[in-house]
Amino acid sequence: MQQSEEELYKQLILEHNKKPRNFGTLKPCTHLAEGFNPLCGDHFWLYLNCTDDGVIEDVKFTGEGCAISKASSSMMTEFAKGKTLEQALAMGELFHKLVKGELREGEGQEGLGKLKVFAGIWQYPARVKCAVLAWHALRAAINNEKQASTES
Amino acid sequence: MQNIKLIREDFPALSRNINGKPLIYFDNAATTLKPKSVVAAMDDYYLNGAANIHRGVHRLSIEATDKYENVRKICQKFINARSEQEIIFTSGTTLGLNSLALSLAVQKLSHGDEVIVSAMEHHANIVPWQLLRERKGIVLKVLPMNDKGELETQHLEALISPRTKVLSCVMTSNSLGTINPVKHITAVAHAHGLEVIIDAAQAVAHGSIDVQDIDCDYLVFSGHKVYGPTGVGVIYGKEEKLKALPPALGGGDMIFSVTWEKTIFADGPVRFEAGTPPIAEVIGLGAALEYFMALGSENVERYESTLLKRAQAAVKRIGGLRIIGEAKEKVGILSFVIDGVHPHDIGTLLDGAGIAVRTGHHCTQPVMAFFGIPATTRASFSFYNTPEEVDFFVEKLTEIQKFFST
Repeated sequence: MQQSEEELYKQLILEHNKKPRNFGTLKPCTHLAEGFNPLCGDHFWLYLNCTDDGVIEDVKFTGEGCAISKASSSMMTEFAKGKTLEQALAMGELFHKLVKGELREGEGQEGLGKLKVFAGIWQYPARVKCAVLAWHALRAAINNEKQASTES
Repeated sequence: MQNIKLIREDFPALSRNINGKPLIYFDNAATTLKPKSVVAAMDDYYLNGAANIHRGVHRLSIEATDKYENVRKICQKFINARSEQEIIFTSGTTLGLNSLALSLAVQKLSHGDEVIVSAMEHHANIVPWQLLRERKGIVLKVLPMNDKGELETQHLEALISPRTKVLSCVMTSNSLGTINPVKHITAVAHAHGLEVIIDAAQAVAHGSIDVQDIDCDYLVFSGHKVYGPTGVGVIYGKEEKLKALPPALGGGDMIFSVTWEKTIFADGPVRFEAGTPPIAEVIGLGAALEYFMALGSENVERYESTLLKRAQAAVKRIGGLRIIGEAKEKVGILSFVIDGVHPHDIGTLLDGAGIAVRTGHHCTQPVMAFFGIPATTRASFSFYNTPEEVDFFVEKLTEIQKFFST
């Protein structure tokens, strides 16, 4: 593989693709949303169980998609577990900026943690939507919208 | 094939480097690259005239009209129509199929009438009929296929009822590569009085088309899939059919006279060409078809078939690879999936090696659903591709499979 491709498909991404965390369903759950990328066919369902005071107690996802979308879903669920809904939404905003290459030096970089592994993806514009799909679904679930699409 | 090196020089895009590697263009089923002569013909029109057609007495308009009308003759030759009066210019296969659906709906489809399409249609030959199902209450029936991606034509007869009026079928599948026996299908449909439409979008670039031999009533194709420009396509219709068919669109150029009380339509194909047509694109299409016919469709067919066989034999050695579409009769289209590797990851990694392929559902979601997969990777070959490119592609694919399996 070329160096540039290894930049995109980092070991951590490959590893999450192969062994996604929190993979499965939560029934019953307090929040559920479908994430769909109609152009690629990436298709996931996201389940949340939240406490009354807005803490994500448990989160799972299921579905099918490319390595980028699957690893991103897996790492999103890892991050979200135990966070408040506000924290999760705020991280979604930050992650969007990161994958679009719009994050400025010092702008919340430290809070991203492992998610920084997606920093190089802005160089692959066709793949940015694969990385953000899980976060679209998270926002949809929190806002009680049933479906999130990368095309709206 | 003649000298590939010389042929490749006609396509400047082929000398580009992508990600530091020479471009290998295997996305020909999405659209083909354009030879210089096509662009030159369009440039000539735009730079030396650019007049509108059919409506001026001045020299530039007459020249443009001659060039435009001459392409009807080229198209006639290309698909062996009886007369150039059977050639209608449109924007592409999609508008062609939509306008035929609308015209036939007016002419002969009532609530409860049936239209048959095949299980391997492109969305362009599904959605227009579904719109008629919503608006007019027609019934859409589907001719099934087997798991090799071949139509089960033995079931066609049983599918036809007294309410069946139209059969619209793809000649060559864009996602599977299957060449359908459209001559046989047409004969069966005609025996029951059906109107037959053939979607030849994918077929035109891979071999010869003879509408008299097929005997279909209508046939549609796009210019950009046969080395021509985007924005132009052709509807072929038997002359006697076109005479009776109401136009789907109205406007300038397609009329004989207009008063507030009544419009009398023009005769011939212009009746279906409302408004200023894509003149430059039609001229470009003419140049593309002349280029293609000079190569010889049999030569193209034979050469692309050797590339396909070489690729098919080699990819079978890749672990977990499954070819989608293993029909006996195929054009140079290789669709496949690899266990544990999503097509989009394959597409991105191949792009890194300079190789352009298509990944996704190829606008044939029912085909993907039939095979139980969300998407495939598709490599589609042209006469300007080489065996060395095929070998390099297989080598890269092998690396990608290993990359994801370790």
